[in-house]
Amino acid sequence: MTEKMNVKNLEKSYKVELILKNILVYGFLGIMAIIVVVPFYWMIISALKTQAETEMIPPTLFPQLLNFQNFPNAMMQADFARYIYNTIFVGVVSTVGTVVTTIFAAFAFARLEFKGKNILFTLFLATMMIPGEMMVITNYITVARLGWIDTYQALIIPFVVSVFYIYLLRQNFKQIPNELYLAAKVDGTGDFKYLLRVMVPIAMPTIISITILKLIGSWNAYIWPNLVADSDSMRLITNGLRKAFTDDQGRSQIHLQMAATTVVTVPLLLVFLFLRKYIMQGVSRSGIKG
Amino acid sequence: MVESKNNLKAWLYLAPALILMAIFIFYPLFNTILIAFKEKYNYMTGEFTQFGFGNFAFIFRNQIFWRTVSNTFFIVFVSVPISIMLSLLIAVGLNSIKPLQKVFQTIFFLPYVTNTIAIGMVFAVMFNQSYGLINTIIGWLGLDNAINWVGYGAGWGRAMTVLLIYSVWEALPFKILIFLSGLQGIDKQYYQAAQIDSTPRVRVFTRITVPLLSPMIAYVAVTSFIGAFKEYTSVVALFGLDTSIRDKGIGTIVWFLYRSLSDPRVGEGSAGWAAAAALFLFVIILIFTFINLYISKKRVHY
Repeated sequence: MTEKMNVKNLEKSYKVELILKNILVYGFLGIMAIIVVVPFYWMIISALKTQAETEMIPPTLFPQLLNFQNFPNAMMQADFARYIYNTIFVGVVSTVGTVVTTIFAAFAFARLEFKGKNILFTLFLATMMIPGEMMVITNYITVARLGWIDTYQALIIPFVVSVFYIYLLRQNFKQIPNELYLAAKVDGTGDFKYLLRVMVPIAMPTIISITILKLIGSWNAYIWPNLVADSDSMRLITNGLRKAFTDDQGRSQIHLQMAATTVVTVPLLLVFLFLRKYIMQGVSRSGIKG
Repeated sequence: MVESKNNLKAWLYLAPALILMAIFIFYPLFNTILIAFKEKYNYMTGEFTQFGFGNFAFIFRNQIFWRTVSNTFFIVFVSVPISIMLSLLIAVGLNSIKPLQKVFQTIFFLPYVTNTIAIGMVFAVMFNQSYGLINTIIGWLGLDNAINWVGYGAGWGRAMTVLLIYSVWEALPFKILIFLSGLQGIDKQYYQAAQIDSTPRVRVFTRITVPLLSPMIAYVAVTSFIGAFKEYTSVVALFGLDTSIRDKGIGTIVWFLYRSLSDPRVGEGSAGWAAAAALFLFVIILIFTFINLYISKKRVHY
């Protein structure tokens, strides 16, 4: 009898504990989720307010009137169409270039035998541990001496190679059984054809991850473009965003500033929501932002 | 014969990547080290007076430089532990729930794909002195809410607080992702055994979860220390112009580096100062990475 009571009490206390635990966990996650989301919310509602409303004290938590006119106005503030065009052009060209150099190099490291392969691969990997600032200084000088300041070359060419992506794809290529390669050889298929017809299709998910991450990286690039292409006609979107609304304290025109910020941010969020799988797969193996 | 043919072919496949890496990664690495020791190096003409430690003497005597060093260390030692602990808690929480798990996971990953400059500007608006959200909330709590967080004259302490909050906010998603995938790989039997022994949750966390997750924690610690040492874009995003950053004394080492590089005093060797700062940063990061690896070798449970 008492034993049964004990069991029941125990069960009850477990249930209470479980409920308490759930309240705690969901409460904590909920608060953190709000902290994560609030900046996005604040950006969007500020983008829809009138200038007068953005300066109201206390601020309104929802716009009194949805003022969509802010978006075209913000785009007119500076030459945003040009910035967007520049960014897309630079992003697409450097992404295509990167994917090509990555596929070739990864293939050489994964399938072909040559002298010094291991040393070279180790050397490649070692560069990932060196802060990029070490390279940026000399690269800036190289670009300046070549007369490439304010050109597309300066924005694209230094970035059509990525050690990390080579590493990622090489790992993926390595998983493809060697028998396939040998069978292709027996059939007289050349290396190049084999690479394009067999390896690339099999490794497509990784290549898609690389493409998306690289495009996002180009969209978000700030430091290098700010350094080498700061003239109004060559600016990329992030740099343009930072410059266009920076009057002395960034105080006036918050509605336009936030509208432009929304234009920069929303495409990224949409890309993320639709291609979540590829992005998270790529990121969980990387740790490199942009 | 066959082997040498294969050799040549391999180098052909490697050529595009290799040539680019030679020009934009390997050569710059050595050249930047060289520049750091070239005194009064004019990067447009390539002239310099002599090899020596002049650039290091210049930056080490510069008060602004030491300010940026202490700022950087402050950011590293405050933001990294906080973000690791927070993301670990979030990951453990996420791992323990079923309903809404995917939704929360998606939300927590959002900061990763966003533009550092763009959202930094949103943070600056939210922390605005008069019509910002943060001061409004502080007002609801009945406290004095005329705090100048990010404007001119805000002062180091407040500006640093905002910078730290923003760095942690930005740093969470990657860490949560890594920790969560680590947690999902832990054998459930450990937890069942602990449950049978009715081990308290805190003990389960410190004795099972943390040790089994230690390889991921070590990995995240190394990458986030390196990232925090290179903090720069968030500073520009939040505070904008150089005058505003100097006004608050909130610059970081990398900020100092880029400021030197774009310094108009080219003839006096401004690029040399930048290179010296870069080398200084590189050495610090190297030392830290080794310390990190050493500790993880001793502590990490594989």
